[in-house]
Amino acid sequence: MMPVNKTLRKIRPLKVILFGTFAFLYIPIFALMAMSFNGSHSPFILKGFSFRWYSVLMHDSRVIHGLINTLIVATGSTILSSVLGTLLAVGLHRYTKSSFLNAFALAPAIVPDIVLGIGLLALYALLSVSLGLYSVLLAHVVFSMAFVTAVVKARLAHTDKYLREASMDLGATRTSTFLRITVPSLAPAILAGALLAFTLSLDEFVIAFFTNGPTTPTLPIVIYSMVRFGVTPEINALATLLMLVSFTAVIIAQRMTRPTEDE
Amino acid sequence: MTTESKNLIEIKNLTHDYGSVRALDNVSLEIRENEFFALLGPSGCGKTTLLRILAGFETPLEGSVTLAGVDLISLPANKRPINLMFQSYALFPHMNVGQNVAYGLEREKLPKAQIKERVEEVLKTVGLQDKVKARPSQLSGGQRQRVALARAIVKRPKLLLLDEPLSALDRKVRSEMQLELKRLQLEVGITFVVVTHDQEEAMSMADRIAVMVEGTVGQVDSPVDLYQRPSTAYVGDFIGESNFFDGVVVAEGIKHASLGILPGNRYGKDISGEAHLLIRPEDLRVAVSGEHSIPTLVQDVQFYGGASTLVLGIEGRSAPILMSQPGATTAQRGAMVNLTWDPLKAIVLPRDARRSAL
Repeated sequence: MMPVNKTLRKIRPLKVILFGTFAFLYIPIFALMAMSFNGSHSPFILKGFSFRWYSVLMHDSRVIHGLINTLIVATGSTILSSVLGTLLAVGLHRYTKSSFLNAFALAPAIVPDIVLGIGLLALYALLSVSLGLYSVLLAHVVFSMAFVTAVVKARLAHTDKYLREASMDLGATRTSTFLRITVPSLAPAILAGALLAFTLSLDEFVIAFFTNGPTTPTLPIVIYSMVRFGVTPEINALATLLMLVSFTAVIIAQRMTRPTEDE
Repeated sequence: MTTESKNLIEIKNLTHDYGSVRALDNVSLEIRENEFFALLGPSGCGKTTLLRILAGFETPLEGSVTLAGVDLISLPANKRPINLMFQSYALFPHMNVGQNVAYGLEREKLPKAQIKERVEEVLKTVGLQDKVKARPSQLSGGQRQRVALARAIVKRPKLLLLDEPLSALDRKVRSEMQLELKRLQLEVGITFVVVTHDQEEAMSMADRIAVMVEGTVGQVDSPVDLYQRPSTAYVGDFIGESNFFDGVVVAEGIKHASLGILPGNRYGKDISGEAHLLIRPEDLRVAVSGEHSIPTLVQDVQFYGGASTLVLGIEGRSAPILMSQPGATTAQRGAMVNLTWDPLKAIVLPRDARRSAL
């Protein structure tokens, strides 16, 4: 950290730009957080400090319902995409050098949500699948799996390729090598990928909007329908909480992927 | 010193390809019980392929490998009584030293108490008893290697393979580890096979060395025999410093185009026609007057403390002649030196296309 600070002090103009950039990024978020503790009924006028909107939030059955739906979708899609994404990453790493296949594995992370949303809706319609939470869950697996794959693949590139052979050499079978060596040595990446998948699913709106059934709105959809009748401080409180969850998850994920232990 | 003993490994007519590249070409080799054996050769000579076939990570195209008479090829890597110390060590990063070493024993489903005992014992042998709880990332290069070694020998394999064991270590740790490996080999009584491109590594540790050339085994011998009695010019050139003269075989040695008869010994081998004469730098000496000799010009004098090397030039020859002398030398650059040698120390070798003509 020290050398960075020193260079920064030397180049003052850059420092100004840096803080300007951070201000641009974070002032809206701080404004939102401040407004969530607003005592007034209007979301735009500050008047006293209060937790009342958090309390309103806790008693809002629409919000609670949406939150439960979202947690179901996020948890389910995280578990599925972590398992599938890890397997895909390991398979790609071991058995192919094709950049074509690699690109295709990661594409769902980049494809616009609206395209994925419409595509999935069309597919569900074609298969005459009735929409519900599970259809959102599967839709979320499609893109979050690509994120898990990307994170795990990056880690694989830095692990000793002879670990597997060493395990076999010491008498382990293929299965126990996978479970005791491959997976544990990838664990930080898998966990980081899972956290990423979880936060992405938590606030995903577009795809959920297309693939959800009418009776099981996820939290972002609930928020959207609330906002249609005007922004209330309650929404600010909810957004603040969501942001805290996402932030924590992203920070943990970053710590996980930081190559600390082994080279 | 290995006394006469049984063969542990018998390799017969082993051939293996990587795509269109022939990595091993009809290799046959015996490795004896309890010996320290080295596979020596430049990169791409097939030594690593042979190692991977022995370990079970590669299945040869043709040929057989037996261990104590039992076929190895049909056994998967995890069923072979052979362990490999990887060049990169391949320590499991998510396990501490103790867990790394215990891993192989746990796979054998040994009782916990016995595993603990053997892990402690082997860590004591390699001097890491106080590092049981350390992670590989917290260890120095030399310590990591000791863990890798402990992890391999704790399984009490019949054969231990070591892939370039000293290459990743710095000079001081290297010589330490060299002694340690030799000591350990005697102590645990396991057959060691070292694969290396470094002749010093092979020469200093091995009882016998197989020099590999382009997928074939050139010569298998003790380090001393390999140095003093190379069977081909390639081996003579590869091992140690050497001086080569080219000519045609005659009764006393070879006949050089411009230098005339150069005395040498064929050591009972039937060689005729074009040949090389090999003389080691320390076998050359300054002639006393009247002796048959070659006149040379001192181009450079290199002093190494214990010994000196004279770099000598001969008219019409581009490659310099190296002569080494114990201690300091009185020779000066630009002086003339008449060279001679004991014909018994000069070896006549058949012409070898792999050695470019001098």
